[in-house]
Amino acid sequence: MNGPAFECRGLTKYFARNPALLDINITLPAGKIIGLLGPNGSGKTTLIKLACGLLTPTEGRIRVCGHEPGIESKALVSYLPERTYLPEWMTAIDCLRYFRDFYADFDYARAVSMLQSLQVPADAVMKTLSKGTKEKVQLVLVMSRRARLYLLDEPIGGVDPAAREYILETILKNYSEDSTVLISTHLIADVEKVLDEFIFLQNGQLVSYASTDSLREDLGKSIDQYFREVFRC
Amino acid sequence: MAWQFSNDRPIYLQVSDQIVSGILAGPFRKGEKLPSVRELAVLAAVNPNTVQRALSELESLGLIETQRNTGKYVTQEEGLIEMAKQKRGALLAAEFLKNMTALGYTGEQAIDLLRQTKGEEGKANERTGV
Repeated sequence: MNGPAFECRGLTKYFARNPALLDINITLPAGKIIGLLGPNGSGKTTLIKLACGLLTPTEGRIRVCGHEPGIESKALVSYLPERTYLPEWMTAIDCLRYFRDFYADFDYARAVSMLQSLQVPADAVMKTLSKGTKEKVQLVLVMSRRARLYLLDEPIGGVDPAAREYILETILKNYSEDSTVLISTHLIADVEKVLDEFIFLQNGQLVSYASTDSLREDLGKSIDQYFREVFRC
Repeated sequence: MAWQFSNDRPIYLQVSDQIVSGILAGPFRKGEKLPSVRELAVLAAVNPNTVQRALSELESLGLIETQRNTGKYVTQEEGLIEMAKQKRGALLAAEFLKNMTALGYTGEQAIDLLRQTKGEEGKANERTGV
């Protein structure tokens, strides 16, 4: 199966009267690492939540690996939310077992080894872990699945630079030709080397969707510099 | 080998440049096997598709060759590597001259300075017995 990993047509989402996304049309191919970029409040998280089926569109349609968001799509999508939702009383290793029970594509051995590499104490209760460490646990869970589409909402914002490098390395190592990774972030300079393509959103609208290298070729500048120019405050 | 990227050029071109440097100065030598695309991607911390594109670029120049089932190798042909070396040398020389001109040196002065630096280096090497 090599159809698009994600597709949306005329996708629109209103929160009460406020438009969060307006008429978005994108097709994301399989096998790419794609950045979802845009200033605060531009609709990045809304787009990701719609793709996960956590929100329903006001108008338009979404297909995730050919499915409407639902049971089938959730089995194929690995989602890292902006906030962790893991129960405070569980230990890190409890969380791993919890995920193993939930997802058929969860690679438990790999999760354990990632936990060790990131130096997360496996038997510590979540409540006692720092914010960054909790995020590491969450990330280990999400990246240990063999999913078709990874939706990572700010995966590197809260962790230290060494962990950031490790996470990007993990994404590169796990890259496969039929899975697509969509990363939303503000830390463009850190991720742009690993991005094939990027999506720019602003005020709920699609500003551009282009290949990273073609932008560098055409404009002679990095995505980070381009971003700062387009979204100058 | 340290992989570093500047902001102003496509990453794939910078990756292919750095692999050429690796061929000219090590660690990738004539006829040797290159790391896999994925290994290179992790080493350079860039996207595997970018590495793939950089390698295709070098392949079209003949600097690397794909051997079926075993991977990619640096070419055996001395001539091609020599050409790449001359091209790189010419680029560095042009850049040097451009920078010197920007400082206000004439071409002659720049060349004199090079000779002088070379001379001092030679003396220093004699002293240390190199």
